[in-house]
Amino acid sequence: MDIVLNGEGMVIDDGFVITDLLEKLNQDSKRVVVELNQNIVGKSDYSEVQINDGDSFEIIQFVPGG
Amino acid sequence: MIKVNEKDIPFKDGMTLIQLRKKHKPDADIMVYNGFPVVKDITLNDQDQVCFIRRGEIPKAEEMKQLMISRHSPEIYEKIENKCIGIAGAGGLGSSLAIALARLSVGKLVIVDFDVVEPSNLNRQQYFIDQIGMFKVDALKAGLEKVNPFLDVETVNQKLDADNIGDTFKGCDVIAECFDNPESKSIIVEFVLSEFKKPVVAVSGIAGFENIHELTCRNPMKNFYLIGDGVTAAAPGMGLMAPKVGIAAHMQAGKILELLLKM
Repeated sequence: MDIVLNGEGMVIDDGFVITDLLEKLNQDSKRVVVELNQNIVGKSDYSEVQINDGDSFEIIQFVPGG
Repeated sequence: MIKVNEKDIPFKDGMTLIQLRKKHKPDADIMVYNGFPVVKDITLNDQDQVCFIRRGEIPKAEEMKQLMISRHSPEIYEKIENKCIGIAGAGGLGSSLAIALARLSVGKLVIVDFDVVEPSNLNRQQYFIDQIGMFKVDALKAGLEKVNPFLDVETVNQKLDADNIGDTFKGCDVIAECFDNPESKSIIVEFVLSEFKKPVVAVSGIAGFENIHELTCRNPMKNFYLIGDGVTAAAPGMGLMAPKVGIAAHMQAGKILELLLKM
C-alpha cells in the first residue's frame, strides 16, 4: 500500500503496524516522535496502530547531543 | 503626571527632559524617553515616561527595566516580560539558552536538571571552575542573577520524565528541549505535543564543529520546532563543542522570541 513519509511517497506491505514501519526504516522507537495524519501517536500505541493506505506520517528521530 | 524613574511627578507645560534631569538626577548620562534612548532635549508631554541612568552605576530594578525596554523596544519588552519558558536540561544547550533568555528579559524561567557541574562540562556549558560539584540548577541560577537579578528563575532539581513534566511546566508558554539523551528528547517532545499542545523547541544533530551552515530550524509538525542538522550524533571522535552547541542554543532563543512575539 502507499503511504507518505516526511512528504515523500513510499510503498509498504499490507498489515503493517507502526512498529513494523520503524523497523523497516531502521529507527529506534525510543528515539522518535511519530505523527500520523496530523496526530501524535504515543509510544505505547506503536504496536497497536494499523497503517492504512494513504496514511501520512511525519517521523523525527533524535540523535544524541546537547 | 510624568513618570521619572517610575516615580510620579506633576506635569507642567513647557517642561523639558534636560530640566527634569537637572532636578532629579543631574549626574545621569543616559536618558530614556518613552522607551527610547535620546541625547537631545525634548519638550515633554503629560503621561510621558522618562528614566535617567548614570553609566557605571549598578541600576535598580526599575532602571534595569527601562534600559532593557530602550534596547529591545517597548513593543517587544511588553510581550515578553510576563512570559514563562520551561527549560528541560541545563547542559550545553540549556545553560546557554537560559542566559540568552535572561538577557532578553523574558519574565520567568523554569529550569529542570538533576546533574552536577563536572570539569568536562566547561568545554561548552555556561559554568565556572569554582562551580564544579554544584548542582547545575544552582550554579546556573547564580550565573543568571549576575546577568539580570530582577527576573523570576525557578529551579527544579530532579530528573524530568513523563510523570512529572506536566506539573513542572504547567505555567510555561513555550518548552525548550535541551537534553543530551535522545530517549529523553523523544519523551518530552512527545508529551508536550500530545498533552500540552504548546510549542516545543527541540534540538537534534549538533555534534562536532564542521558544517555549521547546515544547522537549520524546521517546523516538521504543529507546535514542533527542531534545530540542528538532524543527523550529526555525539559519539566517540565526534564530541560536543562550544561553537555548534552555543549556536543551536541561541537559535532556540531566537525561535522562542519569535513565538512569544506572535502570542
